[in-house]
Amino acid sequence: MNKFIVSGTPHVRSKDSIQGIMRDVLIALTPAALMGIYVFGLNALVIMVISIASAIFFEFLYQKLMKKPVTITDLSAAVTGLLLAMNMPSGAPYWMPIVGSAFAIIIAKQLFGGLGQNFINPALAARAFLLASYPTAMTTWPAASHAVVDTASSASQAVDAVTVATPLALLKAGSITTVTSSDMINAFVGTVGGCIGETSAIALIIGGIYLIVRHVISWRIPVIYIATVFVLTAAIGRNGVRVPHYEILVGGLMLGAFFMATDYASSPVTPKGQIIMALGCGLLTTLIRIFGGYPEGVSYSILIMNLCVPLIDRFTEPKIFGAPEVKKA
Amino acid sequence: MGNPITIIKNGILNENPTFKQVIGMCPTLAVTSSAINGIGMGLSTAAVLICSNLFISILRKVIPDTVRIPCFIVVIATFVTIIQFLLQAYLPDLNASLGLYIPLIVVNCLILARAESFASKNSPIDSIFDGIGMGLGFTIALGVIGLVREFIGAGTLFGATVLPEAFPRTLLFVMAPGAFFTLGCLMALLNYFSNKKKA
Repeated sequence: MNKFIVSGTPHVRSKDSIQGIMRDVLIALTPAALMGIYVFGLNALVIMVISIASAIFFEFLYQKLMKKPVTITDLSAAVTGLLLAMNMPSGAPYWMPIVGSAFAIIIAKQLFGGLGQNFINPALAARAFLLASYPTAMTTWPAASHAVVDTASSASQAVDAVTVATPLALLKAGSITTVTSSDMINAFVGTVGGCIGETSAIALIIGGIYLIVRHVISWRIPVIYIATVFVLTAAIGRNGVRVPHYEILVGGLMLGAFFMATDYASSPVTPKGQIIMALGCGLLTTLIRIFGGYPEGVSYSILIMNLCVPLIDRFTEPKIFGAPEVKKA
Repeated sequence: MGNPITIIKNGILNENPTFKQVIGMCPTLAVTSSAINGIGMGLSTAAVLICSNLFISILRKVIPDTVRIPCFIVVIATFVTIIQFLLQAYLPDLNASLGLYIPLIVVNCLILARAESFASKNSPIDSIFDGIGMGLGFTIALGVIGLVREFIGAGTLFGATVLPEAFPRTLLFVMAPGAFFTLGCLMALLNYFSNKKKA
């Protein structure tokens, strides 16, 4: 009976680790990444590899220079790099993912204290940085190949078009008046113009469901976010066209809702807070898409809501059971 | 105080208005999109600062304590008006690009802070040197920020193209966020070196 082990709390530990969670995110992103390569060709793969490698390199470099423990094996830099690449057009010049990764890792993440301390999503911050700095390169969309269903527009693209307009830009310009079932299939599978990792709704949904099943993310932010956009676009419509079922499939909504808005460090902790964040993202996305200057508003709406997270957390802080009510001064 | 060199050095280095005291942020962030603009703004502010320091110091015994701020503002506004007329007459291009920020020198907290904390307590000669030091510190800071932003954002230095045409311009740096990034990074760099010196 001499086997008493004396130790401090906690005595029961979860098996979750940062590395495990990040590995799950990478696995969940794989289908969409593969679809990106399939649709946009090897250039998409090159962009992804450069982006991931440089993200890991900059994390290593910063931590070495600052004499901090090097944490590149926790895979969080790899996730940031992959997410950044998936937020870029496949025709981007090769130095762009390097500049973007440097911005994401050094400025948005490490300068604020590293993993868990970043107040905005590093990959999205880098996307916003690139979009503001190099607007032409970031909005030139190489045409998608392998269209599942040939539509009139995809057939003409196959012949001569090298770059295309994204479905959201077409919606904005009012050149889409009806959405046919083949449009829906192309948007669902991902054979439309757009960023490398955002076009394939089905692959992103599969990855998102994997994350929810693995309890890496909660269903609240993605489901409520997408539902809000659906309801609002159905209610408002644009140019007299109401195609909410098409609007939620195109653009970065699926990628943003499942993988960006759910970032632990930059999303609310409480369930109530997550609902507020998702509603806010949905509202802002719809407003930017329909009334704003840019065709797509997912990245900016998530960044803006990231900034509101400390406030949301403060207002939704659960009441401690049995604690006396705090009198307001 | 007393030694002019100490006072000037204090303004440029130890108590640099931009990097150490972090005052006068509005013009610092708003007009430093190019080196010329930054230096122009810095020199205009310095000119106002030197004159207002001198006059406030001369008048320090006759200004009633209870209404000193309005008195300071009247003195400062006089010199700002003079500077603006001079810029309009002789440097119309600079005046156009600085625009609203020239009249706003009146409420630049750097000038009011020096009037309040230095000129109203020290002799006119010392106050002139304080104005020179602080003004130069401000000018150098704005010039450096403008230089960095112009180089990265537009690929030019003082308007002359230095980066090859093919080299990508990071437009963000000539936009508002670039001012914050540049200021933050320069401040961190300066603190790094001054901490190293102390250690």
